[in-house]
Amino acid sequence: MSAPTAASTRGGDGAVVGVVVRRVLFYAAISLVMAFFALPLLWLVFAPFDRTPSLTVRLPDFTLDNFRLLQDNPYALTSLRNSIFIAGTTMVLVVVFAALAAYALSRVHIPGRDGLLYALLLLSSIVTGTAAMVPIFLLMFQLNLIDSRTGVSLVLAGGLLPAAIFILKDFMDATPRSYEESARVFGASPLQVLRHVVLPIARPGLATIAVWALVNAWGDFLIAFILLRDPEKSPAGVVMYTFYTEGGQANLPLISAFSLLYAIPVVAMYLFVNKRYGFRFHGGIKS
Amino acid sequence: MASIEMRGLTKAYAGGVVAVNSLDLTIADGEFFALLGPSGCGKTTLLRTIAGLEQATEGSLLLNGRDVTTAPPGKRDVAMVFQDYALFPHMNVNENIAYPLRIQKVPSAERRAKAEETGAGLGLSELMERRPGQLSGGQQQRVALARAIAYRPQVFLFDEPLSNLDARLRLEARTFLKRLQKDLGVTTVFVTHDQAEALAMADRMAVMESGHIRQIGTPSEVFHRPVNVFVANFIGSTPMNLIPARVGPAGESLVVASTSLPVPTSAVGQLAEDEDVLLGSRPEYTDVSCSEGPGALRGTVAVLENLGATALVSVETGDLSVQAVVPEGEEPAIGAEAWVLPQRQRALVYRVTDGLLVSRAPDESAGAGAAPDAGSATEVASA
Repeated sequence: MSAPTAASTRGGDGAVVGVVVRRVLFYAAISLVMAFFALPLLWLVFAPFDRTPSLTVRLPDFTLDNFRLLQDNPYALTSLRNSIFIAGTTMVLVVVFAALAAYALSRVHIPGRDGLLYALLLLSSIVTGTAAMVPIFLLMFQLNLIDSRTGVSLVLAGGLLPAAIFILKDFMDATPRSYEESARVFGASPLQVLRHVVLPIARPGLATIAVWALVNAWGDFLIAFILLRDPEKSPAGVVMYTFYTEGGQANLPLISAFSLLYAIPVVAMYLFVNKRYGFRFHGGIKS
Repeated sequence: MASIEMRGLTKAYAGGVVAVNSLDLTIADGEFFALLGPSGCGKTTLLRTIAGLEQATEGSLLLNGRDVTTAPPGKRDVAMVFQDYALFPHMNVNENIAYPLRIQKVPSAERRAKAEETGAGLGLSELMERRPGQLSGGQQQRVALARAIAYRPQVFLFDEPLSNLDARLRLEARTFLKRLQKDLGVTTVFVTHDQAEALAMADRMAVMESGHIRQIGTPSEVFHRPVNVFVANFIGSTPMNLIPARVGPAGESLVVASTSLPVPTSAVGQLAEDEDVLLGSRPEYTDVSCSEGPGALRGTVAVLENLGATALVSVETGDLSVQAVVPEGEEPAIGAEAWVLPQRQRALVYRVTDGLLVSRAPDESAGAGAAPDAGSATEVASA
């Protein structure tokens, strides 16, 4: 909030006023936007360490009591474990199936392939969307997968797969066929071609998809909320929803501390993968 | 080491395009064989069919007497070097060269050593740890070759091996490839659209057009006696002059725009009066003089192109432009009157009706007798 005013006081220079004013306005606008995004993040960092957390951002009156409170909560830590399980399973399912499907779709020409892909992409937003919740619930009920974390992973993976296939197919398309043909001439089996050549080259794409699937599953609320009964099995996103005080107010000490714990794995994962593989959306080959 | 034999080999695509049409061809053991032709003539498809990357729709393919028509690519003992070299970008040079051995389940240490050895043979010792992206075009080509050599195949297949190199490097690589092939003695088939490459490198070559082989022979045979107008046009760095002519009285002269030229030696006694023919004469085998001579075409010098040690002269005579190569220092002036004369010993005659070479029977191994209907020439060529 203080940034724009500080910047605008520097506008009083003589000669190149026009340029300076434009610059100042530009940075003022940028600062405003930045502040908009920075405030919630600052809250996320400061509030958990505040003795009396509120909804305003301020330097904390430092304490670790909130985390102790969290430790005493019966569901908080198990829910993080549940989240890890659900997100991990979803990620593995999405990466494995999307890689195989994208490779096949990229290499085998079937009539109406592109139409199929677009249709899937369009429908995928419905599959995990609110509109399909009733049929999904019924489906899972008949499959005996209500109140099962695996069931949640399956539904999430189903919803994420079309987009994952769509993105990965681009990576697979960008891998020259001659690489595969070369390996085949040397006697490599299709599986060897996939393992030795295609997957290593598509690795940045796989990393992107893995993180994307993980983050999506990690942040899911609705599906887990509907499909799981037992609070012991609920993931973090659902459990956080239950952090209320006896008076029906949001339990801010608990929520703030839990939010931080909930956010850290995703941020860490992002940083790690970005450093290791780099996120690239085009051209599987770095030459 | 192996011979390659194709019998009635045909590759038709689902859309009805016939890329390779009922081809019979035998490539001898240890031969350096070129498949030459314009783009879309089926030469790359043929190479890929030999490699097993394409399935022949008809006919059979034998490698060293073994029928491999339906064998998958890995079971043919054939190594292919792709036009883009297809080096795996995520593996270093050593891993790339060792890749065929990895497929053969050779232990890691052994294949490293073998790759090292093969690489050293091609001057790659300093580069073994680099990634393909860090190599120049020529180095990449040598890595691709080393990888093919490490496989110890019966046959090498090169798809346009020089087209990704720049002009200067191409000449070096040409010599290098030819020597390498001689040293290894492995039967090698390479595809090119550059006639100069085919002439320079191959022991024998096949000229292809729309799925058919038009001529097979040594580079010298193909250069000196193209069997039809297509091959005549395609071979040679300067296109052959094809001068429309009519056979004169008793078939003893060729009349070009009221000038009477002698019948080339190769076609003597084979021509009927009033027949329409094309007189083929390479610019290298066409003389230009500033004074009138018997049987020379009169015209004016229109263009002079400097080729270094020689110059290419275009002489316009009537509607016709005839090109000739003259040594440096002997170029006529532009606009000057000049007489062009195809060298009688080396000129060729093509029949207009079927575009085939008219030639005397003794030159044709199949001995079509007195019937110089050069249809036999192609049959011989593709047999």
